[in-house]
Amino acid sequence: MEVIPKFIRTASSFLRRHRLLVGFGVLSLLIVLFVLVPLFKIVFLSNKEALWQSIQDITVLKSILLTLYAALITVVIGFALGVPLAFILARYNFPLKGVVEGLIDLPIVVPHTAAGIALLFVFGRDFLLGKWFNSIGVHFVDSLAGIIIAMLFVSVPFLINSAKDGFRKVDVRLENVARTLGASPWQVFRRVTFPLARRSIASGTLMMWARGISEFGAVIILTYYPMVTSILIYQRFESYGLTQAIPVAAILVIICALIFIGFRFFLQRDKKRD
Amino acid sequence: MIELKNVQVKVADFHLEQINLSVSKGMYTVILGPTGAGKTVLLESIAGLHAVREGEILLDGRNVTGTVPEERGVSIVYQDYTLFPHLTVKENIIFGLKVRHMPHSKIGGELEWICGIFEVQSLLKRLPATLSGGERQRVALARALITKPEILLLDEPLSALDAESREEMYTQLKDTHQKLNITTLHVTHDFEEAMSLADSIVVINQGKIAQIGKPSEIFYHPSSKFVANFTMARNIFEGNITGQDRQGKVFKTNDFAIFSSSEKLAAQYAVIRAEMVQVTLEQPFSSSNLFRGTVKSIVDKGTNILLTIDCPPLFECLLPRQQFEKMSLNIGNQVYVSFLPSSVHLI
Repeated sequence: MEVIPKFIRTASSFLRRHRLLVGFGVLSLLIVLFVLVPLFKIVFLSNKEALWQSIQDITVLKSILLTLYAALITVVIGFALGVPLAFILARYNFPLKGVVEGLIDLPIVVPHTAAGIALLFVFGRDFLLGKWFNSIGVHFVDSLAGIIIAMLFVSVPFLINSAKDGFRKVDVRLENVARTLGASPWQVFRRVTFPLARRSIASGTLMMWARGISEFGAVIILTYYPMVTSILIYQRFESYGLTQAIPVAAILVIICALIFIGFRFFLQRDKKRD
Repeated sequence: MIELKNVQVKVADFHLEQINLSVSKGMYTVILGPTGAGKTVLLESIAGLHAVREGEILLDGRNVTGTVPEERGVSIVYQDYTLFPHLTVKENIIFGLKVRHMPHSKIGGELEWICGIFEVQSLLKRLPATLSGGERQRVALARALITKPEILLLDEPLSALDAESREEMYTQLKDTHQKLNITTLHVTHDFEEAMSLADSIVVINQGKIAQIGKPSEIFYHPSSKFVANFTMARNIFEGNITGQDRQGKVFKTNDFAIFSSSEKLAAQYAVIRAEMVQVTLEQPFSSSNLFRGTVKSIVDKGTNILLTIDCPPLFECLLPRQQFEKMSLNIGNQVYVSFLPSSVHLI
């Protein structure tokens, strides 16, 4: 009789007992690799010398700073306007609420170049709001303002949806108790609702900021110059080829990864503290 | 004092209808009713958390129908105590004082006073997630009472506790009420809880008040079949009054007749509480209401034993354990069932 080695028997028993886990694990690994491999390749296969040169390239630095700054301003605006809307959607029922919720998701599904054109029709010099803003000296074409509205349009749904989910998870009775203890609706929001929904809001803010940084389609329609990093990568690729585009892309990926990991670490610590 | 005059409230598909209620200052009133009866909606309406469609709510003579919750002087404690999970016990307790902008120097004194009542001094630095059920309740009560509200609203405050903690909390709630003499409305679906704590009971069903009275009135003189059922009267028979003789009113069902000392002239139901039914092995010397039957089931209820005796009709009787053990009853034994005419309540 053939003797089966113990480790083969153990492995076979494990596979039989955890068939679902093994199957899902293999599929999960595929999607994780699909995301990670290109990012790792761009960072680790880029020419070190070219990478160093790009870091010292003032055009690249300016572009990265502009992207980070524009995305930050976008987040501030999105936060100020999106969080109140998320709270209303989470707490109140009103006619056409479903339509409003659907409209908020629209920028996610619309092609971003089309979104850029749509924004141009509203904020362009010869159109609607654009005319009025033009009269007070704010221009949305080839300007920081243009970059910001393009980023805002495509990224604010991430913050609104995440904040809405966060507010929904806060027990309304906590707010009721706070009211009976003497807190005004604003005090209840500031001291109870917002702190309890903070993780979802922070997560949505991060997603919004990241989406803003990576935006290309809507921005290029409104503002080619000054150049955000995604457009700079495209421009280098078109004009000089892959070798010139890779280092810029690598720098952006590294910066984003560091900020993302740092933020997630911070959120995790905040969760553990509770 | 709490007064509700013809109050109507609509919350989603639920309606509170024509609520008329008066609770005297310093009274401990229990609102009793099944799940979905509208008890919590009633409590939240008094707190100002739901808009009143019609009618008036008066607190100590002050019409607060349109007043916002923070200006009503009412504190609410929910079933699971709803402590703010992101704040420490101390921050939870002084929340009401902080939002009212009380100076720091005064907050310390108030905190010390309330900690003395609820013995929560040692918990102040902890987060709610680390507290036991009893500790959470003490903190929730401390938080609700530190602002010295005129009215305390308790929404099923004991249902999240184990049996031992419940006993402890009965005492805690009674003591607190006596010490602070605060008008209290306590919502529960538990009849025994209501009997132990209430000065008066309001029975509510399907958004309407079914009966208001002292615990003994609700217990022995239910005003409807619903209240009789809900207060576990157990023996409810349908019929009508057919006459009167020297033993009392004659109440007849399709199968049997019983005597009642009720003053009522017309009735649809006769109610006999299970604990008012006597069970004997020997025939009693005299009894107006006497039946002979067979023990059909025996259910151990802890301190009491619930017997179902088929006479017919079927009678349910609660016997103290000691008496049950003395009689050595078993299923199938022949017994006599009797009760006084004064124990037969007619509705």
